[in-house]
Amino acid sequence: MESFLIGCGAGFSGDRIDAAAPVVRALVAAGKPAAMMFETLAERTLALGHVARRKNPESGYEAALPALLAPILADCVRHGIPIVGNFGAANPCAAARRIHDLGCSLGLSSLRIAVVQGDDVRDRIDLDELSVWEGDSGLPESPEELIAANVYLGAREIALALTQGAQVVVTGRVADPALALGPLVAHFGWSWNDWGRLAAGTMVGHLLECGAQVTGGYFADPGYKEVPDPATIGFPIAEVSSDGSAIITKPPGTGGLVSSRTVKEQLLYEIHDPAAYLTPDVVLDLSSVRVECAGHNRVRVSGARGRPRPPTLKAMVSFPGDWLGEAEISYAGPNALARARLAAQTISQRLRLRELDVRSRFDLIGVASVFDSDKGELQDAATAECDDVRMRLAVSGKAPEPVEQSLQEVLALYCCGPAGGGGVRSQVRNRIRTVSYLVPRELVAPTVSFFEEGQS
Amino acid sequence: MIEVPLHEIAHGRAGDKGNRLNISVIAYAPAAWPIIKEQVTARKVHALFRHRGATKVERYVVENLHALNFVIDETLEGGVNSGLNLDTHGKSHSFRVLALSVQLTSETLESVRQARELAYQREIQPSRLRTMT
Repeated sequence: MESFLIGCGAGFSGDRIDAAAPVVRALVAAGKPAAMMFETLAERTLALGHVARRKNPESGYEAALPALLAPILADCVRHGIPIVGNFGAANPCAAARRIHDLGCSLGLSSLRIAVVQGDDVRDRIDLDELSVWEGDSGLPESPEELIAANVYLGAREIALALTQGAQVVVTGRVADPALALGPLVAHFGWSWNDWGRLAAGTMVGHLLECGAQVTGGYFADPGYKEVPDPATIGFPIAEVSSDGSAIITKPPGTGGLVSSRTVKEQLLYEIHDPAAYLTPDVVLDLSSVRVECAGHNRVRVSGARGRPRPPTLKAMVSFPGDWLGEAEISYAGPNALARARLAAQTISQRLRLRELDVRSRFDLIGVASVFDSDKGELQDAATAECDDVRMRLAVSGKAPEPVEQSLQEVLALYCCGPAGGGGVRSQVRNRIRTVSYLVPRELVAPTVSFFEEGQS
Repeated sequence: MIEVPLHEIAHGRAGDKGNRLNISVIAYAPAAWPIIKEQVTARKVHALFRHRGATKVERYVVENLHALNFVIDETLEGGVNSGLNLDTHGKSHSFRVLALSVQLTSETLESVRQARELAYQREIQPSRLRTMT
């Protein structure tokens, strides 16, 4: 049986806008049955979408949607390549309307756009009756107000929409690998209890879901792991066989690379127990997977094993968070480290003197900034002379005022602090807290509907 | 025996889910794998993250990929929810693990370096040539 191709056009909200076009061109040139997937929904993106939707009922979907789809929509429709994306975010119906409008502007007025819903479970769950996912068990108790609660749906509704002729499938929250598994099941007709093939398709989706992360993105380490032409990295394409094994490759003429190393790094990305990667459709076991070179920029992956899907679904629940403030000031030249340390001590004293109700942390960027703890053990131990240091203050609080007042103290270093401080920048933002819960399947009722003009 | 950073013989990537961090450590060559498996222990990795409050480190041996996968709990100091650090996701921490010291013979180091270089020639040079023509 001929292979089925899946291209990935985006790996997160904020990904390169011009990445999808070369992928679609390669799919068209291959002339085989194919689908395009777009993953644009990080843990917090959806909650931000709900906040946006409250202000404007027609918003809440991926803001870059028109920019992502405009360059490829006509080609995909002409060549029968369906597009599947979770760019519906907090408002899949509005996203479908926007895609319909985009289609009309491109002369494609009869697009068949399917909408997968049912991930939003705010009205269906009672958090007191659910258990918190073990990875979040250390998180503090949640406040009452809830911004969003969305379960990760599986691939079934996507596959159903495709078998009913959808040219575009818009979803909200789904498990990222489902964006590939759905088209694979629709094409090959795999059974929903064929755990081996579902696992293989899930592995393909997992490898593609972060876009360039499998084709040389987030990989380069000069002198150790070289990546050609990182400015034009080609996004991935999987050529999947009916048994679920696949070749991972990328469009010709693009930068980046596909090697057994890029594939292994992505295979283990965000994995906990490699023998039990839980998804809504199957439990994926990577412990007998083979990764083999199959030519230049071609890597064969096979040997995924599967076990029956878990009884619960994971739901990402979002609550209003604290206020985070950050301010920085630079010191350079002779005795820079000592002046930066004095600046940090001075600010620390000022926060105490003013009795500001905030939690605080100091970093000395150029000495220690990401490996350090909130207590600053690493920067205290640092002795190396450093002649260009940026002191960073981070504070958080329940209210914005004490956070803003803390940052203002960094600004005041201009006239009151150590000599030669420059380049103060500061920002305050309101955060969203998320906690994952386990939801019994019977509380969730996913649906597929097709967009019709005039639909509200 | 000589002592070198793990970075000489392995590569890896970090990812987060909730309050959990995972870091893969992948051998550059088969000769590096027994050294990594023997010397890069959960105890050593835990020591790297104790100052950040790590409560638990689980080590998975992924024999078929010549890789280890470490799952570290509570080291993100609040993570994306409430962390004050710049890298709330912990994405940079793969290189903290790669800074661990490992001991090996200079012959083994040389053979791993050669394998790394060979991969470079095999994977990169053809595309360079293609770009030029």
